[in-house]
Amino acid sequence: MLALFLLAMPAAGQVASFAVTEDAIEVPLDGLRGDRARGEVVVRNRETANCLICHSIPGTAERFMGEVGPPLAGVGSRLNPGQIRLRVVDPTLWNPQAIMPAYHRTEGLLRVDPRYRGRPVLTAQEVEDVVAYLSALEAPER
Amino acid sequence: MTGAWRGLLPLTALLLGGADVRPTQEYLSPEIREAQEDPSRHPGWLWVEEGEALWRAGEKPCASCHGGIAGMTGVAARYPAVASDGELLDLEGRIERCRTQHQGEASFGRESEALLALTAAIALQSRGMPVAVATDGPAAPFLEEGRRFYQTRQGQLNLSCGQCHDDNAGRRLRGDVISNGLGTGYPAYRLEWNTMGSLHRRLRACSLGVRAEQFPPGSREYLTLELFLASRAKGLPIEAPGLRR
Repeated sequence: MLALFLLAMPAAGQVASFAVTEDAIEVPLDGLRGDRARGEVVVRNRETANCLICHSIPGTAERFMGEVGPPLAGVGSRLNPGQIRLRVVDPTLWNPQAIMPAYHRTEGLLRVDPRYRGRPVLTAQEVEDVVAYLSALEAPER
Repeated sequence: MTGAWRGLLPLTALLLGGADVRPTQEYLSPEIREAQEDPSRHPGWLWVEEGEALWRAGEKPCASCHGGIAGMTGVAARYPAVASDGELLDLEGRIERCRTQHQGEASFGRESEALLALTAAIALQSRGMPVAVATDGPAAPFLEEGRRFYQTRQGQLNLSCGQCHDDNAGRRLRGDVISNGLGTGYPAYRLEWNTMGSLHRRLRACSLGVRAEQFPPGSREYLTLELFLASRAKGLPIEAPGLRR
């Protein structure tokens, strides 16, 4: 319970504005620069975005990774940064049926736990960090 | 069921597009599944023994009207059910009514050890029997309410129950295999809780998981959802008291 409050409190209350072109958000949110290493920390954090509950990442350091979403190995070869950004911000803007949650959205959600109401899962900076990390995940050599 | 067949579950779920609803025991690890069937390795039996004692306890025990607890065979398979006054009751709610209206006792309270124990002991009498809830007549509007709740995306993570338990059953979510989300094993001893708990306690954990509002055990939201889950489980065996991770 305490942990939930701690992570809810410092979260940014706002969502950055952005423009969608085709299936991408080309411009970095708030013009921020992402950091690959910080992005890896965000992706591996099991309390906030919890990416690994559904996805796997390359390497053997993590146990118990999910398989609901596609493996993230090579995602940087399949999608460009703008496409990754859109999928992290709100995949339903590209595919309304997408099961993947929107990580930078607060509107149009139902019955949100009061502790999270009005807050996106990830801040604009965290989204940019994740985009930087994922864009660098090239296809594994075989 | 062999291990090889269990390995095919994700494929089966994928091919059938979620139309296929399978008993939860088919999604359990072999170890948990075996322990669920073995009273010597299933801590839930401690609650069953306590519940059987409660059945005979008090000034006006359950047994004084109902006879032996074996007479409860099949009852759990028919809950939740609409009472004569039009209220939707789960098995716990039915027991609490008996306490206050017929036995002249105070209600046990949701999630109390006594209520979990008595519910587990009564549910055990229906173990292996097919779920046979009424979904027509007075139950129909409750069923629709439950179905709506099940199908609605909710919470900060914006997920509906069905997006996991229909569309992705059989796949791994972290280290766990996603089941079809049936209530047939509850009350269940859950290793994560280290104790016995009700279906509604489990549903609260689901709500928390998608960062949605949690409702109290016995709430209308979870009662109607429980009825919808039971309608999906029609014909599938009662597993209570279940053993879960």
